[in-house]
Amino acid sequence: MYAFDFVKAASVEEAVSALASGEAQALGGGQTLIPTLKARLADPGTLISLAHIDSLKFVRAGDGMVEIGGGTTHATVAAETAQTYPGLADLAGRIGDPSVRNRGTIGGSLANNDPSACYPAAALGSGATIVTNSREIAADDFFEGMFATSLEEGEIVTAVKFPIPEKSHYEKMAQPASRFPLVAVFVAKFADGVRVAVTGASNDGVFRWAEAEKALSADFSVAAVQELKHSDDDMIADLHGTAAYRAHLIGVMTRRAVAQMV
Amino acid sequence: MTTITMRVNGKDVSAPAEGNTLLVNFLREDLKLTGTHVGCDTSQCGACVVHVNGVAVKSCTMFAEDAAGAEVSTIEGMANADGSLGTIQQAFQDYHGLQCGFCTPGMVMIAADLLRSNPTPSEQEIRDHLEGNICRCTGYHNIVKAIQAASGQDVSAVAAE
Repeated sequence: MYAFDFVKAASVEEAVSALASGEAQALGGGQTLIPTLKARLADPGTLISLAHIDSLKFVRAGDGMVEIGGGTTHATVAAETAQTYPGLADLAGRIGDPSVRNRGTIGGSLANNDPSACYPAAALGSGATIVTNSREIAADDFFEGMFATSLEEGEIVTAVKFPIPEKSHYEKMAQPASRFPLVAVFVAKFADGVRVAVTGASNDGVFRWAEAEKALSADFSVAAVQELKHSDDDMIADLHGTAAYRAHLIGVMTRRAVAQMV
Repeated sequence: MTTITMRVNGKDVSAPAEGNTLLVNFLREDLKLTGTHVGCDTSQCGACVVHVNGVAVKSCTMFAEDAAGAEVSTIEGMANADGSLGTIQQAFQDYHGLQCGFCTPGMVMIAADLLRSNPTPSEQEIRDHLEGNICRCTGYHNIVKAIQAASGQDVSAVAAE
């Protein structure tokens, strides 16, 4: 790692003002950023730790929503949404491994927008709202491609508001070494329609599969998506799988998710 | 340099450290607690697992400054007060839960983390909880047996043998 100053912010305001000065980088749980720093792929002059800001750590439910503080760990989300939003709790409880889940945070994961991360699928699939220190952003407008979001420089994810669907399921084909999804699909059935979000598959990061949403909104059954095939245009191709394989998995994961819900 | 203070295995400790000091290096190099190992240094292997404020973390993927003021437990704190092996450690010895032993500190700490929240885990729950801990000798069956034994359960029914 390159050398840097380490600052522990006590409040969101303090973090925002520290981030405004020069080459500073926010640190959430660090489960992605610390390996990145070790590989010398980042060289922040100052690291601003958000881990000690208590106002970023909460899970609140009410009015058909679950609101989660940006600094809440995956383990806490898994434990505290099990009753209110079991599809989300199940997703959070299968991210990485137990030790990673005790450090990694929902805000960090969404801000990073790894094309194979789990949380972006839940946020986009639920139609969540990402709350920052300065505004609220609909998930449909938040994700802007691989590792890219609509966050401005120095903007912090303070909370995420999830509308609770009638039913939901996250089906993941985990890459066995990294435990990231090779392809995973989050299906959420709301009273006014179905949302289907896909992670791990596209060079553009998480996306909604419109054809599957249309078919499932008309007829929520495995048969409705049985013949549906996703194009392999712009799918990720690497040593773990070809573009065609990932495109195929989108259909398989979608059908498996729906099969768990009907 | 900042002076970092924390409570490790029930003792208050402090040492000066640079901002980019990882918790594992603070434990090993500054506190000379070398029982916690660095296997991969990329968050994969779990040889560095310790407990911070009661939960397992990979100490190679946390900065020492973020653990300042915390309660930290390491493998050195797992023995009984008289120096004899603790329950989990003894079970690892009884069931040959280690071969080269390099991963063992992390395995014992993740086992303790599991048993604290789930005192009688099923075999599958044990294997799931070991997801982030790699034994390069591949001695997983005996590690699972050791954890079953440490939880007071029958070890005769381990699958895949």
